[in-house]
Amino acid sequence: MDVSIRSVSKEFDGYPALHDVSLDIRSGELIALLGPSGSGKTTLLRLIAGLERPTAGAIFFGDEDASHRTVQERNVGFVFQHYALFRHMTVAENIGFGLKVRPAANRPSKREIRRRASELLDLVQLSGLEDRYPSQLSGGQRQRVALARALAIEPRVLLLDEPFGALDAQVRRELRRWLREIHDRTGHTTVFVTHDQEEALELADRVVVMSRGRIEQVGSADDVYDRPNSPFVFGFIGDSSVLPVRVENGKLWLQDRFIGIEVRDVPDGPASLYFRPHDVELLDGGGGCIAGTVTASRRVAGTRRVELEVGGARERVEIELPVDHPEAANSRISFRPRRWKLFPASGGTAALSATDDGSAGKADEAELMLAASL
Amino acid sequence: MTTLVAAQGWHFRKPSVIPGFGLTLGFTVAYLTLIILIPLSGVAWRSMELGWAEFWAIATDERTVRALRISFGASLIAAMVNVVFGTLVAWVLVRYRFPGRRIVDAAVDLPFALPTAVAGISLASIYAPNGWVGQLLAPLGIKVAFTPLGIVIALIFIGLPFVVRTVQPLLEDMDREVEEAAATLGASRFQTICRVILPGIAPAVLTGFALAFARAVGEYGSVIFIAGNIPYVSEIAPLLIVIRLEEFNYAGATAIAAIMLVISFAMLFAINLIQAWSRRRFGYVG
Repeated sequence: MDVSIRSVSKEFDGYPALHDVSLDIRSGELIALLGPSGSGKTTLLRLIAGLERPTAGAIFFGDEDASHRTVQERNVGFVFQHYALFRHMTVAENIGFGLKVRPAANRPSKREIRRRASELLDLVQLSGLEDRYPSQLSGGQRQRVALARALAIEPRVLLLDEPFGALDAQVRRELRRWLREIHDRTGHTTVFVTHDQEEALELADRVVVMSRGRIEQVGSADDVYDRPNSPFVFGFIGDSSVLPVRVENGKLWLQDRFIGIEVRDVPDGPASLYFRPHDVELLDGGGGCIAGTVTASRRVAGTRRVELEVGGARERVEIELPVDHPEAANSRISFRPRRWKLFPASGGTAALSATDDGSAGKADEAELMLAASL
Repeated sequence: MTTLVAAQGWHFRKPSVIPGFGLTLGFTVAYLTLIILIPLSGVAWRSMELGWAEFWAIATDERTVRALRISFGASLIAAMVNVVFGTLVAWVLVRYRFPGRRIVDAAVDLPFALPTAVAGISLASIYAPNGWVGQLLAPLGIKVAFTPLGIVIALIFIGLPFVVRTVQPLLEDMDREVEEAAATLGASRFQTICRVILPGIAPAVLTGFALAFARAVGEYGSVIFIAGNIPYVSEIAPLLIVIRLEEFNYAGATAIAAIMLVISFAMLFAINLIQAWSRRRFGYVG
């Protein structure tokens, strides 16, 4: 089922939660709504479910305008962060609930409901727990039951609100893989909300990055990581370092020092240089690089994260080096970002980025992105 | 090794890191003995002075039987009415925000605070055939004051806060998401209430029922003003006990008291068992 969100806005008591959001979700797609708290991602999910009514705009399920349909009529499967299981019902009764409350005309028989519950329990790998109560299950098991319950009604869309948020890291990773498998097997159009970028990037076909009630970017994991279209997305997804620079005649300057990066078609003036801490090359010093004094050096998993003070204004940036890199022990390090992106300092969205090694493919890509963003 | 084996043997209490078991249990037992068990065993003791035949005669006396039936019958009806309306009041107080909500909330506790005689007198004057409500009901042929119906009304009055105050916290704790989940699964509002909300609060409702019932059985002050106290018709067991006491028939009074004690204990014990079962049934284990 395609879901189309058209210019939807939502206000709570005059406080705007979503501004004019539009999004097309393709049938069978697994989509992540990713953003910090307060970005409106849960509101958007609840609007799709019909648990909230939009202040303006419309939501289409396929060709049908669902905006004025009640929750009950929309036939969506919704999974809550805290499971929201019915504690006085057994696992099988929980899963069968959606079928049991159907009008008599299309309600399956008791035996059929029970059979379907068992079938779904097999799907979520909890066979044999039919007669347990939710309080006798672990968090991960409860969430699986909640998903089985949502799937039981054969929903047109499956919506999950931070489904793994209340679980510990290991269970979360396991359920993530398992959710992907279930999605691939059942083919439901699925939208899930998360603030965990790793979860979003790993699980989703497309990631919708949201901030302050707006959609910042929609794209694949590669798109939002490699080609972020705003400073927010660059900063929110993955690690990033920022330096305030100055553009003069197509050259980037950090205070009085040319840092070896040239740009085309960018007006002179202040700008922000974004790059990934791990995507830098170390240089010998001299001209055309960024040089800084090491203020801290921490071992993080497989790399060493080095904090540098750069330039006269003592801007702090982080870079990552291989643990055994000889330069890591030095008190002064010079480097240049391999890939970078430049955003106007005033916070506009026009951006350009490049790699500086001049390899044809990457240069083309830089050109393309420049064109796309201008 | 031997100590280890010994430690695995049967224990009066399960091993626990919380200290003070001996002290607190000792205090609890001493306190309960002093406050509850000794006076109650006094009741049993005094009634035993009668001898079995005499005791049985009092127990099966028509007046005693009628009084007990009215006491327990009216209490049961009142508790059932309170369960319905008390739950409704709790629902309104928890779920809706309206001007004067806090005043209503506070008013619920008034039956706790009021001397029961005051309640009895005001109920009697309101429901008397020439009272505010009584004169409206009189043309319909409904007599409230000085009938068993009056007893039920007085018992409803004093029992209401018990149900409201036990159900309210559970309703407050109830997760909104559970209702939303029911809605996304296609349940109508009515189905959600009947199948999700009410079973969820059933244990608390049962507790409220037990409390309201127990309170009603023992109620004296408010009832005697509105009941009319006609022997065989609207005379409650506690009143009969007082009448026997005024006749200096202490043995007769304690005999009735002992019977009330046994019935009350049996009923409360049964309710407790049902409650324990329903808590398990409704998933409150572990």
